[in-house]
Amino acid sequence: MTTSAAPPPSPTNGASKSDAAPSAGSSRRGAPARARRRADTRFVLVCLLPALALFAVFMIVPTMNVFRMSLYTWSGFSPDMRFVGLDNFRHLLDDKQFVRAFQNTVALLVVVTVVTMGMGLFLAAIMTRQRLRGRNLYRFVLYIPNVLSVVVIAAIFSAVYDQENGLLNGTLRLLSLDGLQQVWLGNQKVVLYSVAIAMVWQSLGYYMVLYMSSMASIPEELYEASALDGASPARQFFALTLPLIWENLRTTLTFFIMSAVNLSFVLVRAMTGGGPDGSSEVLLSYMYKQAYTNSSYGYGMAIGVVIFAFSFLVSLLVSRATRREPLQF
Amino acid sequence: MTTINSPRPRADRPRTGRVLTHVLVVALALAITVPVAWVLLASLKRKSEFFGSPWTLPKGPHFQNYVDAFVTAHMGQYFLTSVFVTALGLVFVLAVSVPAAYVIARYEFRGRRLVELALMAGLFVNVNYIVVPIFLMLVDWDRSLIDVFPGGFFIDNPAVLSLVYAATSIPFTIYLLTAYFRSIPVEYEEAAALDGASRFRIMTTVMLPMARPAVTTVILFNFLAYWNDFIIALTLLPGEGKTLQVGLLNLFTAQKAAADYGRLYAGMVIVIVPVLLLYAVIQRRLIEGMASGGVKG
Repeated sequence: MTTSAAPPPSPTNGASKSDAAPSAGSSRRGAPARARRRADTRFVLVCLLPALALFAVFMIVPTMNVFRMSLYTWSGFSPDMRFVGLDNFRHLLDDKQFVRAFQNTVALLVVVTVVTMGMGLFLAAIMTRQRLRGRNLYRFVLYIPNVLSVVVIAAIFSAVYDQENGLLNGTLRLLSLDGLQQVWLGNQKVVLYSVAIAMVWQSLGYYMVLYMSSMASIPEELYEASALDGASPARQFFALTLPLIWENLRTTLTFFIMSAVNLSFVLVRAMTGGGPDGSSEVLLSYMYKQAYTNSSYGYGMAIGVVIFAFSFLVSLLVSRATRREPLQF
Repeated sequence: MTTINSPRPRADRPRTGRVLTHVLVVALALAITVPVAWVLLASLKRKSEFFGSPWTLPKGPHFQNYVDAFVTAHMGQYFLTSVFVTALGLVFVLAVSVPAAYVIARYEFRGRRLVELALMAGLFVNVNYIVVPIFLMLVDWDRSLIDVFPGGFFIDNPAVLSLVYAATSIPFTIYLLTAYFRSIPVEYEEAAALDGASRFRIMTTVMLPMARPAVTTVILFNFLAYWNDFIIALTLLPGEGKTLQVGLLNLFTAQKAAADYGRLYAGMVIVIVPVLLLYAVIQRRLIEGMASGGVKG
C-alpha cells in the first residue's frame, strides 16, 4: 500500500534542505544509486509495515465496522444478520432512552466545558501572573486526579457521595446543615451534577497545566507595559492573556469535547451504571448497554455512528465559531 | 495564608483580591487531597468504624484489609496481570512505532502523505467507540480457530490485550516521535553514513539515543493510559484473569452490596499508590511532555 519504487533521490530528509541524508556518501549515478534506492524502499517497508498492519487491523477495520454494522440487525453471536438500511437510525428518534442519553451528554458537555475551561484559565492566570507561594506544590496537587484511573475516581466519589457514611453528607451533618444532605447518586435531579463535579475534579488540573505552559510563553514586557498604562490584573487577563493564547484554547477545546464524551461514559459506567432509571445515561454508555446487555449490536453501532458524527460536528462548529485573526507577540 | 512575602508587593494591587485567590487555590487543593487522604486512612479502619461520622480516625492500623484485598479479592494477582499487560504493551508500541516514525520523518516515499494523514485521523478515533467491533472481531477469529484452540485464543488473552493497547496508541506515539525525529539535525546521520553505518544501525544507535526525551514522554503517557484503562480490559478479558482496574470495579460492586468497605479501600490504595509514587518521581517530565504537544484524547 505504501511504496513499490521510491521516487527520485530516495533518502531525502523531511526537515532540512540537505539532500544527502542517511545513506549518502558514495557516488549518486547509475546502478549503485538504483540499488541504494531499492534498499531504501525495502528499509522503509520493513519499518513501516508492522505499525501500519496493527493500525489497520485494530483501528481502521473496527472503525469501518461500526459504520457497516449500523446498517444491520444482529444479535452478535448468531449468524442471523439482516440488512435493514437506515432502520436503526429511524428507531433512534422514537427511543426515549436514547433521546435522554443524548440530552444528558449535551448537558454534561456544556456544563463541564464551561466550568473546567473557565476555572482552568482563571487558575492558570493566577498561578502564572501572581507568583503564588508554593505554586509548584499546587500544580502538583491539582494534577493528581489526571494520573488516577477512572475506576479509582468513581470509587473515591462513591465514597464521598455515599448516603450514610459519605464524606459529603457527613460533613454537612457536622456543620449542622442536615437540610442540604442528598442522595447524591440516587436522586434523578441531582445525579447528573454529581457526575459533572467528578468530571471537573478529574480534568481541571490537566487544563490548568496546559494553559499555564502557554501563558508562560507570553513575554513579560507586555504585562509591564500594560501595568504602566494602569491596567488591572482582570483587564490584563481579558485584553492580553486571553487573546494571546486563543489558538491554544481552540485546540484544547476540540480535544476537550472528544475526551469529555469518553470520560462521561467511563465515569457513568463505573459510578452509576446510567441510573437511577436512565437519568445519568450518556450516549456511549447507552451504546454499550445496547451492544452487550441487550445484544443489539447493529442498533448499538448506530448509536456509535451518531456519537462519531455528533462529536465531529461539535468540534467543527466550535472551531468555526472561535476562529479569530491569530495574534502574535 | 501569608501574602506579605510576595516577591514584588505592589501598593496598587488590592490585597484582598490576592488573599481571596489564594484561599480559592488552597480550597481546590484540599478538595483533591482530602478525599484521597481519606481513602488512605479509611483503608486502615475496622468494619465497625465505618459507621458514624466519616471524620473519625481509625483506632489503630487494621492491616487485615490489605491481606484480604491482596489474597481473598485477588488484587495481588490482578496487579501482576496489569504489570504484564502494561509492560508488554509498551514493548509492542515502541517496537513498531519507533521505526515507523523514523522513516516517516526521514525518508521520502510514495504514499507518505497518505500514511501521515491516516495516522492523524487515527488521533481522533477514541478506542471507546471501536471496542465493540474489536471484541466481535476477536470472537470471530476465535471461532474460526476453534479446531486449533478449542479454548479460544484471542479473547481472555493478556498478550492480545497488550497488542490492542499498542495498536490504539500508535497514532499518538508516531505523531510525537516523528515531530521529535524531525527536530534532530541530519548531520549526525550523514556522519554515521560516511562511517559506513547501515540504515538500521543509524536508526538504532544514532537516532534512538538522541530521541530519548521523546521516547520517555511516550512511555509515560502510554504507561498511564494502559495502566489506567478499564473499558478495553473489561471487554477483552471477560474471564477470571483481570487487570487491576477491572478487579477494583468488581471489588467495588461486591463490597458495596455487602456494606463492607475496608477491603475496598485497601484495594483502592493498592491501585492508587504505585501511580502516585510514579507521578511524584516524574511529574516535571510529564508536565513538560504535555506542554510539548502530548495532547491526549
